[in-house]
Amino acid sequence: MEEKDIPKVEHPNDAIARVSLAATCGSDLHLYHGMMPDTRVGMTFGHEFVGTVHEVGSSGQNLKPGDRVMVPFNIFCGSCYFCARGLYSNCHNVNANATAVGGIYGYSHTCGGYDGGQSEYVRVPFADVGPSLIPEWMDEEDAVLLTDAVATGYFGAQLGDISEGDTVVVFGAGPVGLFAAKSSWLMGAGRVVIDAVGAEADGNLTQHVTSSQLKLQGGSPVALNWAIDSVRKGGTVSVMGAYGPMFSAVKFGDAVNKGLTLRMNQCPVKRQWPRLFEHVRNGYLKPSDIVTHRIPLEHIAEGYHMFSAKLDGIIKPLIVPSAS
Amino acid sequence: MPYTADKPQPKETSEQLRARIPGWGVDLDPKDRPSVPRERRDRPTGAHWEFPERQEEKVPRERSIEHKFLTPVFGTSTPPAGVSGTLRRFAYRYSEGRAAHWLILLAADRVNAWEAHLGSFVSLHPDNPITETGVLSEFSGHGVRSRFGKKRADLAHQWIDPALVAGPWILAGAAVVAIARNLRRHKA
Repeated sequence: MEEKDIPKVEHPNDAIARVSLAATCGSDLHLYHGMMPDTRVGMTFGHEFVGTVHEVGSSGQNLKPGDRVMVPFNIFCGSCYFCARGLYSNCHNVNANATAVGGIYGYSHTCGGYDGGQSEYVRVPFADVGPSLIPEWMDEEDAVLLTDAVATGYFGAQLGDISEGDTVVVFGAGPVGLFAAKSSWLMGAGRVVIDAVGAEADGNLTQHVTSSQLKLQGGSPVALNWAIDSVRKGGTVSVMGAYGPMFSAVKFGDAVNKGLTLRMNQCPVKRQWPRLFEHVRNGYLKPSDIVTHRIPLEHIAEGYHMFSAKLDGIIKPLIVPSAS
Repeated sequence: MPYTADKPQPKETSEQLRARIPGWGVDLDPKDRPSVPRERRDRPTGAHWEFPERQEEKVPRERSIEHKFLTPVFGTSTPPAGVSGTLRRFAYRYSEGRAAHWLILLAADRVNAWEAHLGSFVSLHPDNPITETGVLSEFSGHGVRSRFGKKRADLAHQWIDPALVAGPWILAGAAVVAIARNLRRHKA
């Protein structure tokens, strides 16, 4: 763990938040394993966090110091062509490094070069657009999971375009997969099958060595190919997760020949929140149920190794402030 | 099952599922879901500007050549520096649409890692592979129990990981020893 200065307001609509709870996401492992181009030594990871407003920039109108806020993993301006249409994850005004992806906290320079929330303090750009006050009735552990994992799972189920009685197969039984499965029930699935193989799962030794270890491929396409193989002709494949810009060995021909609809995006988190808040309040979703570990910030190295090696039945680790 | 026109009968009816699963079907109407339709302009975002004020560019900021100008807001974490920084700046001469852009960036990441390792050895805080890799959690996190007797797909290749991770360090160490021996021999 490294000491850094407390971040400063760099734009009039910035806020600085003191992090009270963060989480490690399965997609952080892609950074940890060196899969995402332009991941720089010294950058702070973490795109799932909640906290207290510490400072607000001069143009801030909605937040004041002391407010408890939950921050979506997307950084977005609220005013560009894409934000205006609700495509917050595709904002065009926040990522100087790339146009294909918007801005994401602590997720390499490919996603904008912003420090993340696995820290004590974090800069929150566009404070009047991104964060929301945590509702009084909401548990902070539920709130932190709504900043990515729950919203992404729910969004993935939506892109599947589920109709009543449909059979849904979810590849990947991590937090996002579990919430995609639960969300499929909310959308009327008749049967939900969940398979514990996600994008980090390498189907065989060759895949593992060439992609995860030697970086000769942009990741393992195994789970994606299984989805293409298993869906019925004319069906839909919905893809969530973090993918390096280049990907390889995907069964695209099969997808064409089967007449599939492939749908994918980074989740526009804030667009999901009003409905998800209802579902949490009604008890249809209990995000914190999947939390298995609470790791103090000073033990983050051990936390990452545990998560990467899947030790101790780890599903979802939260990062809690250091005891000091 | 013969290939006929009808959908197979589900094991449970909608009524049974609704009774068994709290909230089943509350978002049944595909038109009444938060991201449907995909694009809609009827939601306020909180933005009180047509175009955001521009963040000050205090140090030259690399940007994708697909952008017409530097975005009004940008991340300021870890500006490019050293050999990896030179490589990264070079990568940004290429469009995102070119493989060269991404391959140079990936190479720069590897260079950056070694820059950091080597830099740490001439600092007061040299990299410590025991404490900083988190490998000690193999003891606190039940490394053996977490792997054996489990149906884990990734166990098929985990045996090779220590060699792949530690291999470059061992090779680099061997190279240093070999060079040192050669130098000593030349002096003698």
